[in-house]
Amino acid sequence: MTTNAIRKLTPKPPLLEVSGLCKSYGGQIGCRDVSFAIRPGEVLGIVGESGSGKSTLLACLSGRLAPDAGTISYDMKDRGPVDILTLSEPERRRLARTDWGIVHQNPRDGLRLDVSAGGNIGERPMAIGARHYGNIRAEAQDWLQKVEIDLARTDHRPRTFSGGMQQRLQIARNLVTRPRLVFMDEPTGGLDVSVQARLLDLLRGLVRELGIAVIIVTHDLAVVRLLADRLMVMQRGRVIEQGLTDQVLDDPHHPYTQLLVSSVLQV
Amino acid sequence: MSAGTTTIHSDTGYNFAYLDEQTKRMIRRSLLKALSIPGYQVPFGGREMPLAYGWGTGGIQVTASVIGPDDRLKVIDQGADDTTNAVSIRRFFQTVTDVTVTESTEDATIIQTRHRIPEIPLKEGQVLVYQVPQPEPLQKIEPRETETRKMHAYAEYGAMRVTLYEDVAHFGRIAKTYDYPAVINGRHLMSPSPIPKFDNPKMEMNPAIQLFGAGREKRIYAVPPYTSVRSLDFDDHPFEVQTWKGCCALCGSTVSYLDEVITDDKGSRMFVCSDTDFCNTRQAKAAAQPKTAGEQS
Repeated sequence: MTTNAIRKLTPKPPLLEVSGLCKSYGGQIGCRDVSFAIRPGEVLGIVGESGSGKSTLLACLSGRLAPDAGTISYDMKDRGPVDILTLSEPERRRLARTDWGIVHQNPRDGLRLDVSAGGNIGERPMAIGARHYGNIRAEAQDWLQKVEIDLARTDHRPRTFSGGMQQRLQIARNLVTRPRLVFMDEPTGGLDVSVQARLLDLLRGLVRELGIAVIIVTHDLAVVRLLADRLMVMQRGRVIEQGLTDQVLDDPHHPYTQLLVSSVLQV
Repeated sequence: MSAGTTTIHSDTGYNFAYLDEQTKRMIRRSLLKALSIPGYQVPFGGREMPLAYGWGTGGIQVTASVIGPDDRLKVIDQGADDTTNAVSIRRFFQTVTDVTVTESTEDATIIQTRHRIPEIPLKEGQVLVYQVPQPEPLQKIEPRETETRKMHAYAEYGAMRVTLYEDVAHFGRIAKTYDYPAVINGRHLMSPSPIPKFDNPKMEMNPAIQLFGAGREKRIYAVPPYTSVRSLDFDDHPFEVQTWKGCCALCGSTVSYLDEVITDDKGSRMFVCSDTDFCNTRQAKAAAQPKTAGEQS
């Protein structure tokens, strides 16, 4: 076997490796003993009912919440695997601004509503040193096209956008710095079904095209069926089942997963 | 003045320069810290002054802490020595300190200002005290102070450029004309108080000490002498100051900041220097000069 073929067969080192992550709010358990790894370009879905610890887990991973125990090792571009909990705050904020993206469920949390669409997309490039207005604007418009927003609306405020457009703008704002890892918290929540379908289509295209690793938290099994390569099912703060998406959804082993899968409405 | 001696002012019964010596020491400590970290906002225990917030309580406290009996004080408001704010603050210091007051920029050792930097270049040994209504340049973009402090600490100033981007996107140019944010000493983003952006270049490498006091927000910051002050801009939309088509109607200056003055209710207007001392000096000089041969008839 040639070395090239060997390299292809051996799995890439994980981009993010989590082990023994715990977070509780006083006596209330947020998440407990969560361990997993995600490789570059992989899409990991996390599903579970409300209160199962999905959002707590995501907030811990993205550095917005300090976990009580466990390690989160991230493969940084220039330094190799580093436990992000040991990074200093400015380093972590810089990482979150450049190499990561966070797509919030409510676009109002992730956008500046009184700044134009172009300015929203331009903020990240400007934060890492872009100083040429023409270039910033060209890049912003390039991304508006990618997320299918009419260029005539570049200077309009997101306040005047529909929910679906706001969500697409939020995605563009995050992807403009070409992050390697994107966290998404219910990206399709609150959107009607046809808009959801278009957004998912768009996301799937972008993720495949750019080779981004995505951790997507949702309670919507259809979303993970379309987007995710692998799936983690959470209940009461613990991961109760994980595996390939189709495998988990078509042949659920844990009684709770079986319940979850069978409770999806069939049209 | 040493802290041990308290000089009770003969007429009023107040301590020299109104504030008690301990308060002055506290403010001086904040000033020293501000001077050692150019552009950094130092919190200080602002006192109630016999003046409403927004009328220069921060500037007065700074002036009161640095003034001594030998100083010559000049107070300006929008460049003018004779407007309400300037007159009342000058009278306040005359009452509580007996220092010499002057209208001449060159003679003054301390200049307290609201909204302008004098046109005549400042010298070493002079102190310029600014009255600041809103010390936080990032406030419009990020209302949480916990967050703006972090942004300053980690020099995360990308969001500030978003406001400039918005200007260019909507108006084709950077439309901000006053309180124009600048980076001090290559590090801290600073609000220069509401001076016109015309005055921003004067702050750069200025030989005088520039002190900023915000009374309501209880913050002091400073630009030490000979410090770089770089106004934010884009590579393709560089920082520019205001220009006027004509000259000052009174003194003929083409290099000063001009105010538009409406002279009647029929739309007549004239442009005159906002710096009254600069304008008066030039007029006096022009009147004293013998007329040139060409003008004699």
